[in-house]
Amino acid sequence: MASVSLNQVSKSYGAVDIIRAVDLAIADGEFVVFVGPSGCGKSTLLRLIAGLVPVSSGDISIADEDMTEVPASKRGIAIVFQSYALYPHMTIARNIGFALETSGLGKPEIKAKVTDIARMLKIDHLLGRYPRQLSGGQRQRVAIGRALVRQPKVFLFDEPLSNLDTDLRAEMRVEIARLHEELGTTMVYVTHDQIEAMTLADRIVVLNEGRIEQIGTPQELYRQPANQFVAGFIGSPRMNFVAGALLGEKARGATTLGVRPEAIRLVPAEEAHVSGTLLRLEDLGHEHLAYVEIARDITWTVRLAAHPDRERGAMVGLGWAEEALYRFGTDGRAVA
Amino acid sequence: MTPKPASGSLQRKEVFAAWIFLAPALIALLLVAFWPLARTFYFSFTNATLDDPSIYDFIGWLNFTEIARDAQWWRAVGNTVLFTIVSVVLETLLGLGIALLLNQALPGRGALRAAILIPWSIPVVVSAKIWEWMLHDQFGIINNLLIGLGLVEHGIAWTATPSLVLGVVIFIDVWITTPFMVLLILAGLQTIPEEIHEAALVDGVPSWKRFWSITLPMLRPAIGVAVLFRALDAMRMFDLSYILAGNNERTMTISIYARNQLISFQETGLGSAASTWVFFVIALVAVLIIGALRLDRSTTAGR
Repeated sequence: MASVSLNQVSKSYGAVDIIRAVDLAIADGEFVVFVGPSGCGKSTLLRLIAGLVPVSSGDISIADEDMTEVPASKRGIAIVFQSYALYPHMTIARNIGFALETSGLGKPEIKAKVTDIARMLKIDHLLGRYPRQLSGGQRQRVAIGRALVRQPKVFLFDEPLSNLDTDLRAEMRVEIARLHEELGTTMVYVTHDQIEAMTLADRIVVLNEGRIEQIGTPQELYRQPANQFVAGFIGSPRMNFVAGALLGEKARGATTLGVRPEAIRLVPAEEAHVSGTLLRLEDLGHEHLAYVEIARDITWTVRLAAHPDRERGAMVGLGWAEEALYRFGTDGRAVA
Repeated sequence: MTPKPASGSLQRKEVFAAWIFLAPALIALLLVAFWPLARTFYFSFTNATLDDPSIYDFIGWLNFTEIARDAQWWRAVGNTVLFTIVSVVLETLLGLGIALLLNQALPGRGALRAAILIPWSIPVVVSAKIWEWMLHDQFGIINNLLIGLGLVEHGIAWTATPSLVLGVVIFIDVWITTPFMVLLILAGLQTIPEEIHEAALVDGVPSWKRFWSITLPMLRPAIGVAVLFRALDAMRMFDLSYILAGNNERTMTISIYARNQLISFQETGLGSAASTWVFFVIALVAVLIIGALRLDRSTTAGR
């Protein structure tokens, strides 16, 4: 177990800056999730921590030891990849135990360790098979087992569930959360999936264009986004935005205003903050999503518990509680 | 509803169309491959001669037994097998080494990859003639260099010294066909996902073990196919030996032996029998190597 800290870490490929002066401190035993749009540098940042990619400048330390120039193999980390990266020509047992073969352990000890890990991950009945004979979820369990067997100080996950279907994803999410609880190892997890970020993380790091936009607990990011980017990125469906000028004095001078879809109610015209045309209704069973055009080319999403009983094309009034309104300045930062 | 047996008119039309599309290839194969082969088999049981192949008698297995008793045939078999094993082993090892180098993110990798193909793209006759001149005992650049460096006193007659000539043939073959091995092995290397190497790297697996236990096993299908192609090619090798050393006993391959029976000695029957032997020897090698490949496929390969 170990803390991880990044100090002014930058990475450039030629003239292209991928990571720009990132400072980050991850506590011992913490579960930190990197999220951000594609190309924001989240996977690169993980590879920098792993040592698979050298930094252009800055320092990385793990367990208070400077690791900036230490090769990946000596950093005491393990990594689980999106593609599983299993060795196709080895049995599951050998896949898990492979890294131990050169560690000086005897065959019986390796076998015992592999069996323990496999039992913990519920793959002990698969040890004699080959990766191609396993389902995606089973393969990812093997990849996790391979990472576990060396008892790394830090666990790195690079979009581990992105290749799985929805059901398996939910199952593996629970599994990873359980592992973190049982082992208490520091984990760094990269994903573009908000649900994974919100459910797994102690703290979420939101990245955009190689910079950290905000670090905080899932609740902090949801309730107090530091800027418009985070406000738009966290939450699904995403926050509705409108230029401050459109709401007049309610804007209190803010350039942009935002309201989450779940904070909006349908209200009679006289109580409405804004009103617009109902363009489309989506029935998701447990909720309904209404798309309302509040001005030309500005369509808001409204999340409703029950069917609104309005026809498509009808005028609807939208209202929300005062504290549900987010205000952003010209630079995109949140203002009170 | 159970599927109807294939008797519908649509089905018949499709089958007919399939035969139409296959016909040109089948006819061409029958004319240029099957017919000559069948003729060769046929003549191998006769005592026909080249000056008038229309007059002949059937003599049964006599041609085959005569060849089996000919010391020169066994010499040719020995040469061919030695040439095949040594050249294919050298080409595989060199090809693997160069492919591993070229697979690294070197600057100018694209240009290097193109350059490495040059020896393979030159016709064998041209390569053989170039090397013959470079190895010439009086005017060759190789001897010139060796004398200049003080390594030898007089030029070495590379292609005329009996103990050297097979080595020279193997050397030139390695020079010509290593690029082919590089190309196939490089293609195999590029099918190994980068993340598999990274996973092993992060797990602290030493580089020799990463090569031995990951890269090499995952390359086995690619190397297997490359070795099969090269081995079959080497078994029927004719041009290089014939250009460099003609009928020299030391470099005579089974193809040269067959050609001599047929053309030099005008023995159509004997030559055909020798060609039939060549055919079966190569078929045997092909079956053996393919068998070995299949064995791989069922136990280890595949993702």
